[in-house]
Amino acid sequence: MIVRLKILSLNVVKNWLCVVGAMFLFGGVLSAQERGARLVLSELILADAATQPALLEEISEYGDLVIAEIYEAWRTGAVYTLKTDSDIRLLQFTDLQEWTLVATGEVLALTEAEIAVVEKERAARKTRKLMKGIIDTLGLKAANSDVRIDSAIKMGRSQKLEFVPALEARLKVETDSKVKQALQEALAISLLKNGDAEQQLASVKELTGFKSVAARGLFEEILQAEQESSRPDSALAMASQNGLVVIEEHVNLMEFLGSFFRGFSTGSVLLIVSFGLAITFGLMGIINMAHGEFVAIGGYTTFMVQTFFINTFGLSSSAFGWYFVVSLPLSFLVAAAFGLLLEKSVIRFLYRRPLESLLCTWGISMIMQQGFRLIFGAANVQVNNPTWLMGNLSIGGFSMSYTRLFIMLIALVVVLGTWLLLRKTNLGLHIRAVMQNRDMASSLGIPVSRVNSMTFALGCGLAALGGSVLSQIGNVGPSMGQQYIVDSFMVVVIGSVGNLLGAGISAMGIGLSDQMLQPYLGPVMGKISVFFIIILFLQWRPGGLFPTRSRSLED
Amino acid sequence: MKLTSELKKELGVFGLVAGLLMLLPMLNAWGPDSGTLAVSSFQVSLWGKYLTFAILAMSLNLLWGYTGLLCLCQSLFFALGGYAMGMYLMLMIGDRGAYGGPLPDFMVFTGYTELPVHWQPFSSFLFAAGAVLWVPGLVALIFGFLAFRSRIKGVYFSILTQALTYAVCLLFFRNDLTFGGNNGFTDFKDVLGFDLNAPGTTRALYIASVVLLLTTYGITSGLLASKFGKIQQAIRDSENRVLFSGYSTTSFKLTIFCLSAMIAGAAGALYVPQVGGINPSLMEAAKSLEVVVWVAVGGRGTKWGPVIGAIVVNVLKSYTTQAFPDYWLIMMGTMFVLVVLFMPNGMVGVYRQLKNKIARKRSLQTEAAA
Repeated sequence: MIVRLKILSLNVVKNWLCVVGAMFLFGGVLSAQERGARLVLSELILADAATQPALLEEISEYGDLVIAEIYEAWRTGAVYTLKTDSDIRLLQFTDLQEWTLVATGEVLALTEAEIAVVEKERAARKTRKLMKGIIDTLGLKAANSDVRIDSAIKMGRSQKLEFVPALEARLKVETDSKVKQALQEALAISLLKNGDAEQQLASVKELTGFKSVAARGLFEEILQAEQESSRPDSALAMASQNGLVVIEEHVNLMEFLGSFFRGFSTGSVLLIVSFGLAITFGLMGIINMAHGEFVAIGGYTTFMVQTFFINTFGLSSSAFGWYFVVSLPLSFLVAAAFGLLLEKSVIRFLYRRPLESLLCTWGISMIMQQGFRLIFGAANVQVNNPTWLMGNLSIGGFSMSYTRLFIMLIALVVVLGTWLLLRKTNLGLHIRAVMQNRDMASSLGIPVSRVNSMTFALGCGLAALGGSVLSQIGNVGPSMGQQYIVDSFMVVVIGSVGNLLGAGISAMGIGLSDQMLQPYLGPVMGKISVFFIIILFLQWRPGGLFPTRSRSLED
Repeated sequence: MKLTSELKKELGVFGLVAGLLMLLPMLNAWGPDSGTLAVSSFQVSLWGKYLTFAILAMSLNLLWGYTGLLCLCQSLFFALGGYAMGMYLMLMIGDRGAYGGPLPDFMVFTGYTELPVHWQPFSSFLFAAGAVLWVPGLVALIFGFLAFRSRIKGVYFSILTQALTYAVCLLFFRNDLTFGGNNGFTDFKDVLGFDLNAPGTTRALYIASVVLLLTTYGITSGLLASKFGKIQQAIRDSENRVLFSGYSTTSFKLTIFCLSAMIAGAAGALYVPQVGGINPSLMEAAKSLEVVVWVAVGGRGTKWGPVIGAIVVNVLKSYTTQAFPDYWLIMMGTMFVLVVLFMPNGMVGVYRQLKNKIARKRSLQTEAAA
């Protein structure tokens, strides 16, 4: 209400304002801030030269990014007036080819006749100049702190003196500590160019303290300038040199941590996928080449759950975020059901014939892949991140995406769950007994064929769980599992077949070494080197990390 | 006496196959231009391709059928041989490429100004022909040495060979390896001075494939009859017993692995000029598995099985990929599952089963009559 009264007191009530006022009373969708910014801006566009300065001052109080958008439209001639007998309406022709009411943002349907009579609004040169200053510092007042940080960094990098007052003003009222730091950094960078010698030196020291990556290039420039004016030993040059070293170290540390983190999350995905494989391969002696396709089943189930949620609740509804929570167990169940079917129809004929199982499941993998293509198309399908997985957790300048953290959490749950299942349940006891000695287990009354079915279903379910998780960081497509299958087999071989602890360690090891080598060798050479490391590792330990000790002679 | 009659029978089959295979180029050269007996040059090179696949299947059979090593990188050796021959063929294009320079086209647009050192000797046919054999052989020797030395066998060997072909395939997709990246080699003009598009050259390449196929058959038969072959099959049946009898299985396996790789390489070298190009997709893990399918369908561990399998599956593939492009993979997958489940010895095995059944019936009948 205060805002509205202010407008009324500042401006002559015009006809169009009646329309706007009505919108103000009835429309309750828009935020107060946006409504305010749009209103004031509308007035500004329509105001005469005498009232403009006051309005300009008022608009500079707002931090709403919509101002920049409308101003850009105004500047480029996409803002029109529509005069009728009773009122004037200010309209914007948007990028979406729609007419919106500037004062409210409401989309209007204009008739052909109305479109024919609209008139373009032009900004005066002086107003444009004044507006530009406001637009440039707009981001500093935005409600979102990330936008404020971005804007401060940008303004700092431009090193323009005119931004200094705006930055200083904001620094006084800013409460968010991260934004405060960004503002200080921006001011320091600005002073590097604009300040006197003493201020420059102080700035260099301050920026070194901030470990500002943005200042790296500037430090190099200063160094060069000092050398050219034959003062390589000046205090400024020394400070810059020192700053460069500190920042360089910081950047290297961040990159290292980044690779480490990515390696850990890649390892987590590998771990989920290869746990399934370790169970079918290691515990049952079945080489499931269709394992990758079960990963894809997980991805596609997630996609279908997502589509269902979009169709039922809408993309922007709060219920949409829950789709991923639903899809995780559902993927597991769907794939486990398919796995059960496969075991009952084909796999059960192949126990003790590992090579044949490899060939047979490869045939199944081809059928499944082509099936995906026929049902979902050959192209990848789009799976969106739920909003609660977007964004980063940042600790000491090092940021980790929530998605990848969540993947690690899932991996941990999978490890714990599998361990509990194998160690603490009856089924687990049976699985281990069958794995150790099929005949003996059978003669002790363990229902071997049922245990086999359950184990295979479990393995397939875990693969799909991996696929569901993968949908958040990778593509979902018919051949998505193929990329992981070779790596997963490596994990199982390295970790010693049938040993879940080994599989866990080797998944992390392969994931980490893959990501650690990539920055130096590139993705392809990184993968190839990992492969050769694996071959050499097997020279040293042919049985993998934890070989099973046994006196029996396999033949 | 019995042995010689079997030998006679085998020679008869050998002669029959040789005669049948030679029919195609003869019809192409002297047959009618139209009608059912007309054979176009396209068909000759198509069947030439099938024959190189058959040789590839035979080389795998040496490993999988007779030594029990399921190698999942046989296509890699095939492709390495193909690349070695491809390098020679690329250099023979000379200044007839799109850029008209002495360098192959792909090198011009990836920014090379002179021929890399490792390419230079490939302008000699003899060197290229040697490389066709020793490059795959060397790869097999190094990898096999590492694998067999640490007693990697069974499925682990299969998985590692698959990883090997996966890694090398990734490598060959890179442009900076100087092997043309994902486009590989293409646009060949001539070989040993003969135009590749001429019908005579097509026939000659086909005949060379037939000769290589029959030679491979000869090598297989010779091996099987020798002491080496006996040990080879003993390794397949029970490696530990062979080991405990005092034989170094490692060196036997290594020898057969290298031999098989060299045969596959030679087949690849004949494949490339007949198809007119090569690219890294030939090394993909799936291709090697396809070779395993051919052998399994025809009959693993039989002399002619792989040849029959390779030809039957590929003729079927050529037909279905045109008639039902969407369903080819499903059909092949289903065929594979069924073969593994119900025909463990492939088509040759089914034939033998039927023959035995009929023979038993007959003997029963004669017994009843008596």
